[in-house]
Amino acid sequence: MSLVVILMAAILIFTIMNVVPGDPAAQLLGSEATYEEIVAKRTAMGLEGPFLIRLGQYLWNVVRLDFGTSWFYGTSIVNEIATRIPRTLFISVSHLILDVCIGIPVGIMAATHRGKWQDRGVVSLAMLFQSIPSFWLNMELIVLFSITLGILPASGIGSWKHYILPIIGGVLGGWVGSARQIRQSLLEVMRDDYVTTARAKGVSSRAVMTHHVLPNALMPVITLVGGTVGGIITGSLMTERTFSIPGVGTYMLTAVNNRDYPVVEAVTIILAAANALCMLLVDLCYAFIDPRIKAQYVSSTKKGRRPKKHGKITG
Amino acid sequence: MSNYLEVKDLSVVYTSNEIPIYAVNGVSLSLEKGKTLGLVGETGAGKTTIAKSIIRVLPEGATKTFEGDIHLEGVDIMNLPEKEMEKVRGAKIALISQDPMTALNPVHSVGEQIMESLEIHENLSKKDAMARGMELLEMVGIPKERFLNYPHEFSGGMKQRIVIAIALACNPELLLADEPTTALDVTIQAQVLDLIMKLRDERGTSMILITHDLGVVAECCDDVAVVYAGQIVESGDKYQVFHDPSHPYTRGLFHSLPQFVGEDGRLHPIPGLPPDPSNLPQGCYFSPRCPYADEHCKTVAPEPYEVEPGHLSRCHKRRGEDIK
Repeated sequence: MSLVVILMAAILIFTIMNVVPGDPAAQLLGSEATYEEIVAKRTAMGLEGPFLIRLGQYLWNVVRLDFGTSWFYGTSIVNEIATRIPRTLFISVSHLILDVCIGIPVGIMAATHRGKWQDRGVVSLAMLFQSIPSFWLNMELIVLFSITLGILPASGIGSWKHYILPIIGGVLGGWVGSARQIRQSLLEVMRDDYVTTARAKGVSSRAVMTHHVLPNALMPVITLVGGTVGGIITGSLMTERTFSIPGVGTYMLTAVNNRDYPVVEAVTIILAAANALCMLLVDLCYAFIDPRIKAQYVSSTKKGRRPKKHGKITG
Repeated sequence: MSNYLEVKDLSVVYTSNEIPIYAVNGVSLSLEKGKTLGLVGETGAGKTTIAKSIIRVLPEGATKTFEGDIHLEGVDIMNLPEKEMEKVRGAKIALISQDPMTALNPVHSVGEQIMESLEIHENLSKKDAMARGMELLEMVGIPKERFLNYPHEFSGGMKQRIVIAIALACNPELLLADEPTTALDVTIQAQVLDLIMKLRDERGTSMILITHDLGVVAECCDDVAVVYAGQIVESGDKYQVFHDPSHPYTRGLFHSLPQFVGEDGRLHPIPGLPPDPSNLPQGCYFSPRCPYADEHCKTVAPEPYEVEPGHLSRCHKRRGEDIK
């Protein structure tokens, strides 16, 4: 399933890059190049020849993890991405972890104090941070911490300090999603009958929360977090740009401006793969938490190999 | 306190979007040890709220007022601190809820859910709790091999048996059965009801059985209380109420049952709908639907009067004089 997604993404991006107007060879050679020079360059870049054959060749290279070399820099794309991706991953993963670690407790607090000042405070703050565009927030952070206070660097990489602002900028807007989602699903689950059953058994309210309410309320949060991973990774394009971090996002943006097609294609495929991987993780989390979903996996893989353990007897 | 369970002037008001919903309006009832009281009434009459009040599991955020006196064996349940109440729930009072499909937590095995109250109240080790849990499963007629199965692997009737096993795990003295058979298939209803009755009789459990099935009351209960719009309109020994229904609402309920002898074979429903609990009528709550109501009924709320000793009816009209 995940592999199909990645393959489709590869085909799609290669096709799109083929049909966009403009000739990268002409752009690279400049305005004084002759027609013959351009054709020669196009052939060298692999832009000549039937589309399907080139697509097949490209896909075969991708399967062998050979993304080619950058037209603009002439360097190996795989190497370039390998040095850049840790920076992007570091920011994205810290962003994600902090989102969840802040959002979930805050959402739980809001739900358990429903209607009280804690709840109202969280809801208003969430509304506020959701409405602020992240690029503006990042700019303001730079103004406050780098220019006015002068305690954190505004751009580039070098020390751990360089990563603080980009991560804070993302998290300020990022915790909102998981907080709102967990609050909402907790409020729904708390009304469920099995929660009453648990309370009626004499389970303490804390244990009702941790043992009965939370596992059920987490499902939609996992979906949401899995979905936002894609957003966070693509959002890193903006963040890296604002803070001039030489990550994958900056690489892709520069490549788009330079018509560096192999780079754009490679980064797109890697982003698609990252998304597909996250979706896979989400599915695994579901199966881990919910026995109903686990049963589906188990029965579909063991189908026909052995009879059902217990027949269902009504009554 | 003479009786085992005494409820006096219980009132519960919920709020939904700031609108008060008067779910229970001054309910008083009592139950002798080992007896079964049937609470009958239409959907939305407040029966479930009465049961949830006694075990104090009303929805936290939505409950605005919760007043009255509830004494169990002389202990004031109403003012018990939450920590103390946790020791009562599941151990002394247990609840069987209405819908077995949603009453079990989907992410825990039924075994875990049965063991939970044993571990809390009886301080059993995991191993002992498991052994007891398996006994309980067998007691309700489910093979103990299914202890570690999850709720979705059981049918509705089996789920309700599991809910019963959970409720009876710590041998409660008072069992609140909230429409235990409503959500079940008719053929399963009798089985589940028989199971509850058998276990009740074996253990001498007192019980409040909530139902809207008068037949079930006739079969299983000692006393009856008829609930209408959050009030008890008629209560008494089941023979008193069934042979001599005195409140116009109770009479209406009996008239709306199918009669197998004589007459035209038509049902005689009570005209109109139960009142909206956020907008209760003035005077007697039943007056808009009552064939005997007059101006007095529509302005002054009636108090219960004694039809005969132990048999109360909340009506201005006197049985025999005003009603037929």
